[in-house]
Order: sequence, then C-alpha cells, then structure tokens
Amino acid sequence: MAEPKIDLKNLKAGGFIKERGKDLFTIRLRVPGGRMSVDRLAKITAVAQKYGKGFVHLSVRQSIELININFAHFDAVVAELGEEQQKVASCGARVRVPTACGGCEYNPNGLVDTQKSALEVDEKLFGTVTGHHKFKVGFAGCPFDCPKSATNDVGFQGAIWPTLDADECISCGLCAKSCTEGALTLGEDGKPVFDAAKCIYCGDCVKVCPTSAWKAEKRGYTVRVGGKWGRRPLVGTVYATFLPEDRVADFIAAVLDWYKDKAEGAGRVRVGDIILREGCQSLLDHLKQDFADFVVEKTIPPQIINTQLPL
Amino acid sequence: MATIDLRGVTCPTNFVKAKLELEEIETGTTVEFLLDDGEPVKNVPRSLKAEGHKLLGLKETDGYYVLTIEKGED
Ligand code: SF4
Ligand code: SF4
Ligand code: SF4
Repeated sequence: MAEPKIDLKNLKAGGFIKERGKDLFTIRLRVPGGRMSVDRLAKITAVAQKYGKGFVHLSVRQSIELININFAHFDAVVAELGEEQQKVASCGARVRVPTACGGCEYNPNGLVDTQKSALEVDEKLFGTVTGHHKFKVGFAGCPFDCPKSATNDVGFQGAIWPTLDADECISCGLCAKSCTEGALTLGEDGKPVFDAAKCIYCGDCVKVCPTSAWKAEKRGYTVRVGGKWGRRPLVGTVYATFLPEDRVADFIAAVLDWYKDKAEGAGRVRVGDIILREGCQSLLDHLKQDFADFVVEKTIPPQIINTQLPL
Repeated sequence: MATIDLRGVTCPTNFVKAKLELEEIETGTTVEFLLDDGEPVKNVPRSLKAEGHKLLGLKETDGYYVLTIEKGED
C-alpha cells in the first residue's frame, strides 16, 4: 500500500488522540456548550459510519468523539466534517472548548444566556496556547451549577441581585419559604425582609413571586478561578460578581495573561496551583486593573479537596 | 364566587384545568383555586398571570393555598 498523505496542519492543534489499536485514532470534535445542529449531527453520523467502527463516544465535556479512525483517513474526515462546518477540538496546553448547560434559553432555572457565552468564548479564545497546561472554561446558568463550573480553570455561574417593589407584594410568603439560604423572612407588615449577607444570587425569589414584586436589579456572572479536577482536585474561588455577559471573554483573557506570566518556567501546572503558589491577592490586583467594578475585595485560595490517597 | 379545588392535581394538569375553567366564565369575574404547597403554588399563579388574568390574592390556609383570580380579556 502506498504511504497515505496526511496534512499535518490538521494534527497540530490537537483533537487527534492515539488509541490502543495500530494506526487507530480518536477524533474529538468541537462542540461548544454541547449544542449541535441536527444537520451537523447527521453529517457526523455519516462520517462515523463511513470511517469508524459503528459507534461514537460522548465525552464528559460535551464533545462527540469519533472512535477507531485510521490515520490514513484524517484528511478525508476533516474535509467531510467541514461540509457542515464541524471542526476538530484541541488537546494539550491550550484553551479547551467551553462547556455550558442550557442556561436561560429554554431552561426555566437559567438566569443568563450560557449558550451564547460558550459560543463567544469558543470563537475568541479556543485553542489559545497557554504555554503551561490545559485551560478549561465552563458556564452554569444559575447557582445549581449542574455543569460544575467551579472545577474549571475559570468557571461562570449565572447570578441576579434581587430588589423588592413592596407595593406589588401581596404578602403570600412564597419568597421567604423558597429562599433556601434564609436570606428572606416575612416582616411584621407582611412584606419580606432581605438579609443581603445571606444571599447567594440564585434568583429563586424573583422566579417564585406571583406578582413580580421581586425583580432583578443586576444580572451577570459569579466568576470563580483556579478550579480543576483530577488527581489533586481544587475548587475555584470567587474573583468577580455580576460580571456582565459581554465582558466574559476579556475577563478570561486577563486571567490567561496573569497565568502566562506567573507560570513562567513552572512547567505543566494549572492556574489553580499557580494561585496557591503566588497567593490570590496578586491575581485580584491584576484583575482589578480592568474589572474594578466587578472584582471582589478579598478572596480565598483555591480549596483543596482531600482525595484520601495515598492512605 | 366559584371555588375550584385543584389539590392533589399535579403540574401541569392543574394549570390546564384552571385554564379550562377560566374559559367558561366572563371577563371580570373572580374565581378561587385551591392549590397544593410546593410546585403547584409556585407555578400555577404565575402561569395564569402570564396568560393575562389578574391575581387578586394568594393566601396559605391549613397547608394549602387559596388563589383568587379575576378573569382577564379573552
Ligand atoms: S445550572 Fe441552573 S440553569 Fe444550568 S442546568 Fe442547572 S439548574 Fe438549569
Ligand atoms: S436570590 Fe436566592 S438567596 Fe437571594 S434572597 Fe432570593 S431566593 Fe434568597
Ligand atoms: S412572593 Fe412576592 S407577593 Fe409573595 S410575599 Fe414574596 S414578594 Fe410578596
């Protein structure tokens, strides 16, 4: 058989992962936010049928992975997927494809448009070389945090700040009953009393109030930095609150700048471990330069999860 | 005033029943619905308001809620 000709440009950005079998690779596809048009899905099915061995794998970061692809078919696979604008994802020390839940578009719990944010970040930052290690971004529509945004290098969680129009309140008590954080109690006058220090910005009061007496005064993202999972998990901590949706990509870029600079010479180390080494104040100060209105006064280091190993 | 007992009826059937009841009456007439605590009382009043009916009251009584609605324009 003649040596197959492969365009190595395709391989550079990653997304082609060697399997156990000889000449076989997994091709990880780029699916920001887990959203996939049906036409694209049909194209992927056709390609998988033609070049694969009868199945695909759904990755935990919302990607579709083509399995058992012979490397001789790389160019054909990339070209055929391109007919439906389907691109290949990345691996290695780069900004990965962002994940996101359904957000507010059709999910009643969502407070922000996570899908839009994921697409925007994918467009602007996907594949950016960090110089150090992988870099993951995730979006959750509300503090339920189904996508586990806090275990990403930068994690976004939809948030609202509630405000009461007491004239519209009919004293039904539903908001106080629904607030799981104990931030709302019904006062003497039958109107809710708000304890701001207990509020986690979930918006349940706004959603439950039958007369819309509770409204969202501010809307945006709670932003955590420094999370990761794996052998030595860290939960990211809060660096900004109510970050507007249109500042998301710039905020991530600012974190990346700090990471690139501070991790110089540190080798394959995630941003959370760099924060543990440098202290969180350094990153806070850096972010305050461009995001003063949203960056918090103080924060805590990434929270180390005890995995109990080695015993 | 008519009282319609929707206790024991789960979402979204309770909303559909309330909607059908409201179709039977004149604009401006008030009607009471009895709703279970939990999802029903969280969903039904809001959904009826979104359909253009006027929410006159929502009060807890013995573990359930009484919702008073004035029928809006058809
Ligand atoms: S995080 Fe919130 S908006 Fe997103 S899927 Fe979970 S409940 Fe819905
Ligand atoms: S936003 Fe959530 S935590 Fe804050 S007061 Fe409303 S229900 Fe309670
Ligand atoms: S849910 Fe709305 S109407 Fe009911 S007590 Fe709270 S603010 Fe008042």
